[in-house]
Amino acid sequence: MSLPLQLTKSGQLKHFLSIDGLDQALLTEILDTAESFAGMSEHQVKKVPLLRGKTIVNLFFENSTRTRTTFELAATRLSADVLNINIATSATSKGESLLDTIRNLEAMHVDMFVVRHAISGAAHFIAQHTAPHISVINAGDGQHAHPTQAMLDMFTIRQHKKQFAGLKVAIVGDILHSRVARSQIRALNALGVAEVRVIAPKTLLPAYVESMGVIPLHDMHEGLRDVDVIIMLRLQKERMNSAFLPSEGEFFRCYGLTEAKLKLAKPDAIVMHPGPINRGVEIASSVADGPQSVILQQVSNGIAVRMAIMTMTMGSHGASV
Amino acid sequence: MSKILIKNGRIIDPANSIDTMGSLCIADGKVLQVINPATDFTPDQVIDAAGQIVCPGFIDLSVRLREPGHSQKGSIKSETRAALSAGVTSLCLPPDTKPCIDSPAVVEYIKDKAEAANYSQIYSIGALTQRLDGNELSSMFALKQAGCIAVSNARAPLGNLLILRRAMEYASSHDLLLLYRANEAALSGKGCAHEGAIATRYGLPGIPVAAESIALAQALELAQLTGCRIHISQISCKQSVIKIQQAKKYGLNVTADVAIHQLHLTENDVTPFDSHYHVIPPFRSEEDCYYLCDGLANGTIDAICSDHQPHDLDAKLGAFPETEPGIAALETLLPLTLKFAEQHKLELTQALASLTQNPAAILGLDAGSLTAGFQADICIFDPKQKWEVNPETWRSAGRNTPYWQQTLTGKVTHTLQAGRLVYSF
Repeated sequence: MSLPLQLTKSGQLKHFLSIDGLDQALLTEILDTAESFAGMSEHQVKKVPLLRGKTIVNLFFENSTRTRTTFELAATRLSADVLNINIATSATSKGESLLDTIRNLEAMHVDMFVVRHAISGAAHFIAQHTAPHISVINAGDGQHAHPTQAMLDMFTIRQHKKQFAGLKVAIVGDILHSRVARSQIRALNALGVAEVRVIAPKTLLPAYVESMGVIPLHDMHEGLRDVDVIIMLRLQKERMNSAFLPSEGEFFRCYGLTEAKLKLAKPDAIVMHPGPINRGVEIASSVADGPQSVILQQVSNGIAVRMAIMTMTMGSHGASV
Repeated sequence: MSKILIKNGRIIDPANSIDTMGSLCIADGKVLQVINPATDFTPDQVIDAAGQIVCPGFIDLSVRLREPGHSQKGSIKSETRAALSAGVTSLCLPPDTKPCIDSPAVVEYIKDKAEAANYSQIYSIGALTQRLDGNELSSMFALKQAGCIAVSNARAPLGNLLILRRAMEYASSHDLLLLYRANEAALSGKGCAHEGAIATRYGLPGIPVAAESIALAQALELAQLTGCRIHISQISCKQSVIKIQQAKKYGLNVTADVAIHQLHLTENDVTPFDSHYHVIPPFRSEEDCYYLCDGLANGTIDAICSDHQPHDLDAKLGAFPETEPGIAALETLLPLTLKFAEQHKLELTQALASLTQNPAAILGLDAGSLTAGFQADICIFDPKQKWEVNPETWRSAGRNTPYWQQTLTGKVTHTLQAGRLVYSF
C-alpha cells in the first residue's frame, strides 16, 4: 500500500513522509536535484533565494543534533526563515495535543513542518491534518521511516558506485527498531540494487522482514561476503543487558565491524553509518576513521539532499547555482 | 399488555430448527405461537413483515456502553439505542467501566440507568478481581446476587497463573461462567498491530499470535484442572481456533466467540496509519481470518459478537499507536454477519444461531429462541435493504468504524423487547 498523501495528482512531491510508494524516477529526480545543490557548499556565497519569504518550522519532539542542524542549514541556504521548536520543553509536555500544537503554528502562517516524533505515523498524521498549502517533511517517526536520511545515503552510494544496478548492500545491526533501515531498504529496492541483506541476531530483526525484499542473515562472515556497501546501524545502549542482547562485548564480537570482517567485502566496499556512532560497539574506530568510511560525507550530503527535498515539496525544481 | 401479530415474514428460529414463512403471535410479552396463529387471536397491533426475516433478538457477548466513567464516548442511553436499532435485545457489558463492576453498587447503578433508558436486558459482567487489578479476587458471590451471570477481567492482565487458577476455582464454586480474553501481556507489550509484514513495513509495534494462543492454552489447562466453565472472548488467530477445537474434541466444556469485523478484515486491509483500523486483538493475517471463518462455520467458534467500543473523536485523533483501540460495531453486526454467511455459503439459520441460540446457551439464558413461552425478544430485518453508514443512519455516539460511509446490505426494521415494539425503522 502506498502513501498517496505525499504526492500531488500530477505525481509531484507534496509531502515527504516515506520512501514507500515512491518510484525510481522520483527518487532519481531527488538525487539529481541534490546533485545540483551539492557544489554550493564550496561557494563563497552559500545561499540561493529559492525559498525566500517561506517559513520552515523544525518541529522536534525527539532530540536530535545532526538531523536538525542539517535541516536548519539546508533551509537557511535556501533563504527560508527557520523556526526551531523543541517540544520537550514546550506545550505538548503541558498536555497540549499534537494537533493543537500544529494548529497554533499554522495560525502563524508557516509553510513547512519538518517533524521528528517518537511515534510511528506521527508525520503522516500531521500531513493529514495540516492546511493544504503546508508541506510536511518526515525527519524520523518512531520505527517507521526516516526518508531524508535514506536519500542522503542513496546519494552517497551513487557518488561512490555511480549506479545502483548490480550492487550488493548489507545493513547490519538493530533493524527491528530502525526507521533508517526501513527507509533504506525501500529506497535500495526502488533504485534497483541486486541484493539487500540485513544482518542481526533474530532479537533485532522484525517479523517477516524478508517481505520487505531483503535476505535476513545472522552471521557477519556470510553476510558481508562480496558486498559493495556496508551500512552499520546505531545500537541504542538500552538494548544491552536486556532480553535483546547480553552485552556490548558479545555484540561487538558477533556484529561489530572490524578491519578483519571488512576484508570479507569487496575491496572497494564503502562503510556507512547514519550516526552518531558507538565506537567499539557496532564499529571499530579503525574502520570508522579508515579509508573505506564515508560516514562524514553522509553528513555533508545531508544538506544538499534536504535542500532538494525541501524545494521539491515546495514546488520548485532544481537550482541554478 | 398488548397482543402483537407479526405476519407474512420468513421466520427463522435456529433453536427450534424453524425456517418457514408464517406468522408469530405475541401476548403478555411472551411468544405465544409460531407459524400458525390461532383463529381467535385478536392482535392490538399487526406488523407486516413481508419480504423480511423474523428471528430472535440478538444476544451480544461484548458491548461497551461507556457508562459509568467514559461519558465522552457514549452513554447507556445512546448505546442501548444503537443496540435496539441493530436488533440486539440482550447484551453483556464487560466490567472495565469506571468504576469497574467489582461491587453490587455499580451493578445497581447500571440497572437504574438501563431502566431509565428503557432497555431491559443489560447483563453486567462482574470483575474477576478487585479493581481489575489482577491480584485480589472480587466478591463474586455478592456480584452474582446483584445479577452478574459471569465474571471476567476484561482486557486487564492477571498477576500470575496461580491467581487465574484460584479465580477459576472460586468462580466455579459459585457456578459463575468465566469470560476470558486470552492475552499474554508480556508478549503483546505495547503492540498495536498484528506482528507481520504490515507492522514491519510501517514500523508499528507488533502483537504476535502467540500472545493470544499461549494465554489460551494456559487457560484451557487450568479450566481442565479446576472444572471452571470458561468462554474465550474475541479470538483472533488460527492457533486459537485449533486449540479450542482440540479442547472441545477431548470433552472440555469450553466455548468461544469472535468479533464480527475479524471475519472480514485482515492486516492487509489496514490503511496505513488510519486509526479506525486500530483494534485489539489486531486484524491478523489472511490465513488467520480464513481459520476464524472456518471455525465459525464448523462450530468450533460458537458465537459472533460486535465487541462494540464507541470512542470520541479525540480518542482516534493521533498517530496510530497513540490512539485508543476499538471499533463501534453494534450497527454493522447484522449486515456483516449476512455478508459472512453469503461469502461462506452458510445457511442463514446457522449464521443467526451464532447471534441468538448459541450466545444464550453460553450464558445459560432462556432466550435466543422463539420457543412458545419465551420472552418475546424479536428482530425483524430486511436482508436486501442497502444502507449507507453515515450520520443520518448511525445511532451510536462513537463513529469509529472502518465502514464509515460504506454501503452495507441488511437492515433491522423492527425490534421487540419483551413483547414491546422498541424500535422501528
